[in-house]
Amino acid sequence: MELNPITILIASIFTSNMILANFLGMCSFIAVSKEIKTSLGLGQAVTFVLTGTSVINYLIYTYLLEPYGLEYLRFIVFIITIAAFVQLVEMIIERYVPTLYYSLGIFLPLITVNCAILGVSLFLIIRDYSLLQSLTFGIGSGIGWTLAIVALAGIRQKIKNAPVPKGLQGAGITLIITGLMALAFIGLSGVASIQ
Amino acid sequence: MTTILTTVLIITGITTTLAILISFANAFIADYGEKKIVINDDKELIVEGGQSILSALVGNKIFIPSACGGKGSCGYCKAKVTEGAGPVLATELSYLTEEDQENDIRLTCQVKVKEDMKMEIPEELFNVKQFKGKVVFSKDLTDKIKHLRIKITDGQQIDFKPGQYVQLLAPPYPGNAEEVFRAYSVASSPSRKEEIDLIIGLVEEGLVTTYVHEHLSEGDEVTFNGPFGDFYLNEDSDSDMYMVAIGTGMAPLRSILHYMNERKIERRVRYYFGARKPEDLFMVEEMKKLEEELHDFEFIPVLSRADEGEWDGETGRVTDLVNKYLEDKADRECEAYLCGSAPMIDSTEKALVEKGLKQEKVFYDKFD
Repeated sequence: MELNPITILIASIFTSNMILANFLGMCSFIAVSKEIKTSLGLGQAVTFVLTGTSVINYLIYTYLLEPYGLEYLRFIVFIITIAAFVQLVEMIIERYVPTLYYSLGIFLPLITVNCAILGVSLFLIIRDYSLLQSLTFGIGSGIGWTLAIVALAGIRQKIKNAPVPKGLQGAGITLIITGLMALAFIGLSGVASIQ
Repeated sequence: MTTILTTVLIITGITTTLAILISFANAFIADYGEKKIVINDDKELIVEGGQSILSALVGNKIFIPSACGGKGSCGYCKAKVTEGAGPVLATELSYLTEEDQENDIRLTCQVKVKEDMKMEIPEELFNVKQFKGKVVFSKDLTDKIKHLRIKITDGQQIDFKPGQYVQLLAPPYPGNAEEVFRAYSVASSPSRKEEIDLIIGLVEEGLVTTYVHEHLSEGDEVTFNGPFGDFYLNEDSDSDMYMVAIGTGMAPLRSILHYMNERKIERRVRYYFGARKPEDLFMVEEMKKLEEELHDFEFIPVLSRADEGEWDGETGRVTDLVNKYLEDKADRECEAYLCGSAPMIDSTEKALVEKGLKQEKVFYDKFD
């Protein structure tokens, strides 16, 4: 069944959320979720890079790797493209759009090694998406990632003064919260499905 | 055979294209050219654009305090940048107070030089240099406090005021992957320009203190820079002095005392030194010797946790001594030099001010 790109968009935000359904991109998710403002900045940067790289990687895969039967190279090629894309984007916005750079530029280097980015590129190959579907999948996954990290940051700000047991402070309680958030998001699973 | 060839070609093609793109971008987009930094409306530096202010300054041998090596995690490298810095970055926010932000104070390791800039740096920082040295002496003063002597081996001399501090570098060692700097007061007199003494306590999970206590031994090479700090002896005054310290707070006061002894500065000095138990006291002999040599100096140790029978000196906390020995007198013309933990300094300052000392005559160096 050919999926409607809008369905993919909605599903990748809520039901197939990169963090809460796939547990991808956990490193920066835990590290940068202390304040809502910063996590929103990182979320924006992730969305931007996801959108760009999913399209580029789709094109490289369909028009370069597939015709020559080099599908097995996708891991290495995708990582190279993502790294180069991030580097280029960082340089360009730092020079020409300083205001944008001040709000999200500093997060860009973090994103190169964010596995959610690679995950999205790989998923769209595995699931045989078209260009348009890849685009909405990229955007949706980014928004979903942002939604999750901002929500987590909000919760972490709230529990700052809570008496968390010593052994659970920091990453421990964050992982538990993430698990609970994932459970909560299962409640949305009837909305749209792409898996 | 063809498969291998196409694989290699495709991969090479993709990476080369990207590499060329990035190189071009680097050459044309990220090239900010040479920029000018004007410091204190006086000094002009021409630096390569695109790097951080901190590294631009280090390149010109100006050392701003920085403990983390420019990673934006210590918040020490603050300086006032009045022009050309752009808006405050998210990475700076956690280290800048609202007051800092209103006064154009920035973290110099995070702000890049993209335009001509104007900034202000305290004059004394121009005196800061980086030194290489060798540990010539290392001794345990108590089970948690070490006395180090570092001889400068690169031919330079250190010029500092008694009471100032230096930053010691801990290189990566097992358990710590990165270079870090931490601040330690110099415990020796400024007249000894070829070597410095440091008194370093072991802080649980402290990166540099662990390095000093567990990995550093006599004969090892070390790197430090300095001097820094605005806690030092006020030489323009001849009023009475009260010194109060606990633990490694001994260091800057020892420097001041030896300096006063060498210069034959004649002031009345009372030094209250707090510790928990008799075995936590150190350098008592040395202080007793200074009592004989210095004009009017008394060293009064006080113990807070001494068991009965093992101590016949003062007991309690340093604030108790302040209350006991200082007479109630308004408008006291004396100075106080405090050094130690923040709670000790806050309570001692309060006690001194209640005894009539002027707030602005209470100088302190908080160790945190």
